[in-house]
Amino acid sequence: MTAYLLKRLVIAAITLVLASMVVFAVLEIVPGDPARLMLGMNASAEQVELLRSQLGLNDPLALRYLHWAGGLLHLDFGRSYTYSVPVLDLVRERGVVSLPLALIALALSTVIAIPVGLYSASRRGHAGDAVAMGAAQVGVAVPNFWFALLLIYCFAVWLRWVPAGGFAGWGAGIWPALKSLILPAIALALPQAAILARVTRQALLEVLSEDYIRTARAKGMPYRAVLWRHALRNALIPVLTIMGLQFAFLLAGTVIIENVFYLPGLGRLVIQAIAQRDLIVVESVVMLLVAAVIAINLIVDLSYAVVDPRLRSRE
Amino acid sequence: MTASLLDIRDLSLNIGDHPILKGVDLSIAPGEVMGLVGESGSGKSMTALTVMRLLPFAAQASGNVRFDGIDLIAATEDQMCALRGDDIGMVFQEPMTALNPVKTIGEQVAEGIRVHTGAARAEAEERARKMLDRVGLPAEKFPLSRYPHELSGGQRQRVVIAIACALKPKLLIADEPTTALDVVLQKQILELLKDLVRENRMGLLLISHDLAVVTEMADRITILRHGEVMEEGETARVLSEQVHPYTRQLAQASMHVPKRGVLPSPLWGGSANDRSAAEIVRRGEGGGDIHPSSKTEPSSPPPPRLDHFASQSALADPPHKGEGKDGPLLAVKSVSRLYPGRRLSLFRRDTPVHAVDDVSLSIAPGRSVALVGRSGCGKSTLARMILALDRPTSGEIRFRGETVTGKGEAELKAARRDMQVVFQDPYGSFDPRQKVERLVTEPLHLMEKKPSRAERREMATHALTEVGLSASDLDKYPHEFSGGQRQRLSIARAIITRPKLVVADEPVSALDVSIRAQILDLFADLNGRLGVAYLFITHDLTVARAITDDVLVMHEGRIVERGATKEVLDRPQSQAARALVEAAPDLHRAIARKMQEQG
Repeated sequence: MTAYLLKRLVIAAITLVLASMVVFAVLEIVPGDPARLMLGMNASAEQVELLRSQLGLNDPLALRYLHWAGGLLHLDFGRSYTYSVPVLDLVRERGVVSLPLALIALALSTVIAIPVGLYSASRRGHAGDAVAMGAAQVGVAVPNFWFALLLIYCFAVWLRWVPAGGFAGWGAGIWPALKSLILPAIALALPQAAILARVTRQALLEVLSEDYIRTARAKGMPYRAVLWRHALRNALIPVLTIMGLQFAFLLAGTVIIENVFYLPGLGRLVIQAIAQRDLIVVESVVMLLVAAVIAINLIVDLSYAVVDPRLRSRE
Repeated sequence: MTASLLDIRDLSLNIGDHPILKGVDLSIAPGEVMGLVGESGSGKSMTALTVMRLLPFAAQASGNVRFDGIDLIAATEDQMCALRGDDIGMVFQEPMTALNPVKTIGEQVAEGIRVHTGAARAEAEERARKMLDRVGLPAEKFPLSRYPHELSGGQRQRVVIAIACALKPKLLIADEPTTALDVVLQKQILELLKDLVRENRMGLLLISHDLAVVTEMADRITILRHGEVMEEGETARVLSEQVHPYTRQLAQASMHVPKRGVLPSPLWGGSANDRSAAEIVRRGEGGGDIHPSSKTEPSSPPPPRLDHFASQSALADPPHKGEGKDGPLLAVKSVSRLYPGRRLSLFRRDTPVHAVDDVSLSIAPGRSVALVGRSGCGKSTLARMILALDRPTSGEIRFRGETVTGKGEAELKAARRDMQVVFQDPYGSFDPRQKVERLVTEPLHLMEKKPSRAERREMATHALTEVGLSASDLDKYPHEFSGGQRQRLSIARAIITRPKLVVADEPVSALDVSIRAQILDLFADLNGRLGVAYLFITHDLTVARAITDDVLVMHEGRIVERGATKEVLDRPQSQAARALVEAAPDLHRAIARKMQEQG
């Protein structure tokens, strides 16, 4: 088990370093001079040159990478070119919206998907299965911004239970903040739940045809108990894999939903920064997301070992 | 007869429109062993699953199945849950997959006990412990916290038996319980089942395709074919009289020994216990010069235009200088294969495992050699190295005088062409989406000169006729063939390059007895007509006896005994060989013993 853990950790660290190089290199290739953008169109060539040297943009590439990567290690992401505030502050401000949003959406999607998958698998070929999987099909197909608009119309405009957009901030208490996150979380969770339910059903059906399921049935266990106690845990590996990918997406790929609900999340921060050539912000946020994805994959890998004893004893 | 425990009357079963069972009658009294014999697809397993009511969804059963006074066909699912695992236990064929990989063996044995008795966890585990002790898995070596993957196949089957017998069922159903195990394990498991039956006065429904196994175990026997009972009665009577033609056919197929031609001279390069060396002397040198093609009468049509291919294609055999005709075809010289030991901690490993340990052997052209041994003895690893699919840690393998060890794929082409393989599973070894022509001609890429399309087709036709199939099969897909026919396809694929050596890894163990007899005949025939040498890897001594000249007995990575097949199997010297021979089921012996018991 320790060997497995260490191996995963080393792989994660190497991936992180390689990813940082790629992120840095890509943004170096992108055209556009941050110094000129910060100073505006009227600045003279000398002013631009001065700012460039102040920002360290004239240093050799390797040096700038090391400087940047070294900064990342103690959470010094540098200062935003456009806002002139530390990038860390920007990220923190947005992260408190994006991270809870992603977590709520993932939790919702799991809570919906696993029971639906279990139900469908246990009633394979029956009407209930067809209805559930038909609904899942629709869930995958519906664009989430359209569904979001529907939610706003129903719960914000018509029923007036929650605000139609914006973020109340955590300062005002947990409840108002949650209220502004609940609709976007549902909009995000639905398509994810649809995918996850299908994956769960498929994984369960595969497991249900295994010999050990028959052994368990021959013990006299009712079908439902076999499904819960024998099939589910064996079916978890593909489910966990998909959940890991989905969380990564929920953290970073939520720009559209953030725009629909006017939420100040990480997605919007990145889009704005790209438009304004605020490269240092882009780099930092992308790096943070990469780190988050790698961390999630690491957690998923470790949870495999928790689920499956064969991985524990292997190296 | 006492009141029966299980009474099946006129049981019919359909899956969709397809009839599986047609009016099956079968009864078992308490404490009685009923053997249910039949070939694959005869409905043996479906009969068992009907009793358990674990049939596939689409199955429709009708008729009368009574167990202990309960109508099993009409019983509700709740009633069945109460019966399964409590009054009726079941053991399955494939122990490697019969246990849940993510649960400990303790949990899995205790689970059934808890479901039926409502016992608390601790109490159920205590009973599970006792049961595991009983089936031969003592606490010191097999604590409840073990996971299935930490156990071998035989040990896992013991766990499955512990699960099935934990609550002392009145009826135990064992569906091919030992088919996946080697003969020594088979004997142990059968004895365990016998003891459990006696101790608890259980009825046992033993399902098997192996007549010898059933004869040894069963008081009465039912023979099933295409879903119908052919014959039923006391084991000794049914098998000694063999009144029914199908019974006779099964018995003959089980004991079938193919006719073989004159043997070419044996040639052993081995070191230990060289008994056949004496034979060479006895037989004189004459045996070696017999032309393979003139040895036996060809039973199938004479090979069309064989010479054409032999002279024009790259298959033509350039005469080897130096090695000459008398040199060994294959020479394995003190070959070892080590696998790294189990990781004990991050930086420490167990001592390496010798999968193959200093093995030397040689095979003369046209000779048929068996490599026998228990599962895990290293015989497949050795075969992989001979086929150059794995590299020896040390030692050298020479094929036709040239080394194959450590060569690249390009250099191996010639050797690969002359050395082909037939695998055990005729279902898994073909791509289901390719036509027979493509599958059979696959090895032709090994030829020096690429044959044209027409040539390929002709060679494929030729190979198919040689294995008893026809040209009309070229455009079919593998699923259109039965298991036996598929094994013929594998053999056609193996001989299309006119190899000098065919390595066959358990080539008949997945086949029914009658099919198996045919395939053994085919092997013998090809050996006679084409002069192909064989290396048969098997744990089945009847196969070795039927079709090989020499035998190598492997045990824990070493060859512990070698010599002429008949001599070694009749008078085994080493412990390992004796264990194999004693454990091997033998129909003659079994019938004789039953005759004594049942009078």
